[in-house]
Amino acid sequence: MMLALAQMMRRELSLANRRRADLANPLFFFLIVVSLFPIGVTPDLEKLSEMAPGVLWVAALLASLLSLDLLFRHDYEDGSLEQMLLSSVPPQLLVLCKILSHWLVTGLPLTLLSPLLSVMLALPGSALPLLMLTLALGTLTLSLLGSIGAALTVGLRKGGLLLTILIMPLFVPVIIFGTSAIQAFVNGMPWVAQLSLLGAIAAGAFVVSPWLTVAALDVTVGD
Amino acid sequence: MTELLRAENLYCERDERVLFNHLDFSLQAGEILHVKGPNGAGKTTLLRRLVGLSWVVEGQLKWHDSLSEQGEKLDGHGFWYLAHRPAVTLQQTPLENLAFAVALHNQNLPSEAIWQALDTVGLRGYEDVPAGSLSAGQQRRVSLARLYLDMPSIKLWLLDEPFTALDVNAVRQLERRIEAFAESGGTVVMTSHHGLTHTAVRELLIGAPL
Repeated sequence: MMLALAQMMRRELSLANRRRADLANPLFFFLIVVSLFPIGVTPDLEKLSEMAPGVLWVAALLASLLSLDLLFRHDYEDGSLEQMLLSSVPPQLLVLCKILSHWLVTGLPLTLLSPLLSVMLALPGSALPLLMLTLALGTLTLSLLGSIGAALTVGLRKGGLLLTILIMPLFVPVIIFGTSAIQAFVNGMPWVAQLSLLGAIAAGAFVVSPWLTVAALDVTVGD
Repeated sequence: MTELLRAENLYCERDERVLFNHLDFSLQAGEILHVKGPNGAGKTTLLRRLVGLSWVVEGQLKWHDSLSEQGEKLDGHGFWYLAHRPAVTLQQTPLENLAFAVALHNQNLPSEAIWQALDTVGLRGYEDVPAGSLSAGQQRRVSLARLYLDMPSIKLWLLDEPFTALDVNAVRQLERRIEAFAESGGTVVMTSHHGLTHTAVRELLIGAPL
């Protein structure tokens, strides 16, 4: 079983590597949106640093959302998804492998890119570790929750918009706690509560999302 | 002879058209069941119901204990399902595709066994070429190579139009492989417009003849 899961993980990562163009898209989106802010809104460093957590978070989430639509699409179209659902390895674990590798190739690079962009928005350097931690948790949660939406919409030809509408409400709490943790930290107020809530949401999503995703895939594939 | 499957009172409706109704059949171990019918008769839908992917078809299915713990849904390790969509990932090589299909059965075969299977279906020299640059027939062969692996846990094949896109020789080779599998005690359910020439097969006709 572990062997099968290791092979699944290897397959996902090697496929991600061979479909590099799909992955560059969200990263460039993130880069462009964030770097347009100082140009488009204001070059005033004080105002920028006030907006920085929100801008970085929103841009990172939208960027990561861009790639969610593709989470199951290729596998659905070539029939691999059917075989995964029929597999004697629990499909929930296979789906979890897919989600984790999706995070490794989108959420993690976005997180690693964020310090560079936070300089552009004059975010205080001391807030960097917290920014990266919350972004890592937030993008992971998005990959987890997003996979449910991706599973529901994979059978539709133009599921992208519907996917966004389905997922966004689930994501509002994450964005609230994520940005407010950083803002609280910058203003010298307690920030641990927000971070814990963010972690709790991620942990909860980690537990339920594979099951809901497989249930959704059963419906889409079984039609 | 063991009865592997008993299907009772199957009913399928698609877009307000009844495809089949009161369909009863059984499946014995070691037999080849050839599901026949005109295009759109519901052959693929029936196969997807048998394998447990689709619930469009209503009715009772009872699998033998050796294939299914609960009786209703097949256990993943005991069968190959070759679907209409071939489950060949175009960005991966035939070797990777086949190894992954084995991994999904929670098994591990030596890589020689996988090379051997690819060799048998005539893909020698193409093992490391991305499947996307192969021809349609060759991609089909990548999918069919699964049937040439030596996996004793596999007792049942469900083949949806396995002869599509194959050349004459490959068709004959696959026919022989299906016959050999049935002779060794394996059971095959297939849909095809192409009849098997030599072996005795049981035919299941669905849909009104046009």
